[in-house]
Amino acid sequence: MTFFIEVLVGGLLAGVMYSLVALGFVLIYKASGVFNFAQGAMVFLAALTFVSLLEMNWNFWLALLVTLVVMVGVGVLTERIVLRPLVNQPPITLFMATIGLTFVLEGLSQMVWGSQPHGLELGIADVPMEWLSQKWNINISKFDLFAAAVSGLLVAALALFFQKTRIGRALRAVADDHQAALAVGISLQHIWAIVWAVAGFVALVAGMMWGVRNGVQYALTFTALKALPVLILGGFESVPGAIIGGLIIGASEKLAEVYLGPYVGGGIESWFAYVIALLFLLVRPQGLFGEKIIDRV
Amino acid sequence: MLYREAGQFRSTYAEDMQIFPIRQDRIALMLLLAVGFVVVPMVATQYWFSALLIPFLIFSLATLGLNILTGYAGQISLGTAAFMAVGAFMAYNAQLRIPGIPILASFAIGGLCAAAVGIVFGLPSLRIKGFYLAVATLACQFLVLWTINRVPWLTNHSASGVIAAQKIEILGYTFDTPASKYLLTLSIVALMALAAKNLMRSETGRAFMAVRDMDVAAEVIGIPMMKTKLLAFAISSFYCGVAGALYAYCYLGTVEPEAFVLDISFRVLFMVIIGGVGSILGSFLGAGFITLVPIFLNLGTTFISDRFDIEISHALVSNMELITFGGLIIFFLIVEPNGLARLWQIAKEKLRLWPFPH
Repeated sequence: MTFFIEVLVGGLLAGVMYSLVALGFVLIYKASGVFNFAQGAMVFLAALTFVSLLEMNWNFWLALLVTLVVMVGVGVLTERIVLRPLVNQPPITLFMATIGLTFVLEGLSQMVWGSQPHGLELGIADVPMEWLSQKWNINISKFDLFAAAVSGLLVAALALFFQKTRIGRALRAVADDHQAALAVGISLQHIWAIVWAVAGFVALVAGMMWGVRNGVQYALTFTALKALPVLILGGFESVPGAIIGGLIIGASEKLAEVYLGPYVGGGIESWFAYVIALLFLLVRPQGLFGEKIIDRV
Repeated sequence: MLYREAGQFRSTYAEDMQIFPIRQDRIALMLLLAVGFVVVPMVATQYWFSALLIPFLIFSLATLGLNILTGYAGQISLGTAAFMAVGAFMAYNAQLRIPGIPILASFAIGGLCAAAVGIVFGLPSLRIKGFYLAVATLACQFLVLWTINRVPWLTNHSASGVIAAQKIEILGYTFDTPASKYLLTLSIVALMALAAKNLMRSETGRAFMAVRDMDVAAEVIGIPMMKTKLLAFAISSFYCGVAGALYAYCYLGTVEPEAFVLDISFRVLFMVIIGGVGSILGSFLGAGFITLVPIFLNLGTTFISDRFDIEISHALVSNMELITFGGLIIFFLIVEPNGLARLWQIAKEKLRLWPFPH
């Protein structure tokens, strides 16, 4: 039983990491209807910039700030160069453009910072917590809890930002109805730039967490692929969906790997999340919290 | 300028509905095929065949397959590479386990198996569409590669999962030189492209397009949704499967499952987008373009490093390739979202009037 709980909690905490990446997708999809495939590349770019600055002996906060500036810059430039000329194109075109953007970002970040893997250290050890393992014999990493706390904070901050600030309200208005938002004087272009900048910030947080766990390397870009099942499970338009979807995927993936994996030869983590999401979609095509799809002819 | 179709009257329905209604188009196609079958094998070098022409043709076929699904039937798929993998590995198994089977039959078996897998993974398309569907087809990508890696029967118990494609032999003639492999690929691709062109003017093709344009409306006017969507997945996967088999037999020779990673799916999707969504010609243009870009980029960097005596590292070249690739895609989407096929059409329309545009 303790083993089950350990696996379950480990999975839930891993799910939090997925949610972090999925959040970035949701933000952009909500505000602009763009399915931003480049989120993984943004995570990679943020982590790589941050870790490279740290390795040049920069101050932690200064490095954080500069990376944030870089991510905001990337966001604003993306809006200006890629999205603005593509206004009014079908969603698939925008999706393809973000795949193109993925390549550009991957190439650029490796060209500037080199492609060798880095280790990232935030001062929180990735070791099991002692009192938990002594008292209940459950091994849960301190860092996992830290990551969960950070993402909790992030979600709270985002919720506050969306609910209480003027920009947040404008964001929600744009997400609700582009034309109506334009009609009441909200500048779409500003809002999109802001959304991409916020997504860049989320990417930075996700990149730091994933960087500590797996090292900062090219494989970070594949975190995007991990986040996709979370997205379709939770619904593209929902922030809570991203969180809960992440938890479900993380937990079921780990449980399946432990209890089901040995029967089929292991390694099922690569696709299990997708199959869950797929089965789920057969029942609820819009995901857990997605907006109901209504077809009008 | 080049030609006008004035004076070509169609007096029967058969004439009106033929695949290439304009005489000059027919002549141009014949010329193109003649060049492909006769002139190219005479002038091309070994390198041309194996680095350029064969991959171009194979990817054209895969692009054609995806274009049938995405461009004509409107269903997005990111599982192209998986269908290709199924085609390659099942063709290998057919050749291995069925004694005396002709190689073309095992290609067809590869394609049919891919079609079966395509139908299974097309099932979600009945309920979901758009991005949800795209992500769902990713499941196919991961599941198929995992299965090939895990089920030793599929790779004939080879320890590393690598299979060696058998000899290609048709009617006692062995296709072992690049030129002969090129001719084989070209014949298959030309036939299947013609079939696709024909399919798209048939009832099935029009049903695909109706589903693409608005599926609810299509259903209302009596197009069976399930049959049409699944058929689109099946035909598309069949094309991809044959392309995969050709990729294994005529291009790679020895195949590992990792030859069919997600990147290949994306590459084919780019070919569709850059070539032109919903265009047979566009599939070829897109495949040609994407195949040529890395080669020209390579030539360019070697030229610069020779000329200016700068050492350009391999990593820099591959990063530059990524950036150029991504940049080109964005550029194309912005400038001409309908792809090269549309550019070609515009050029043709302009040229009809040239040099007297008024």
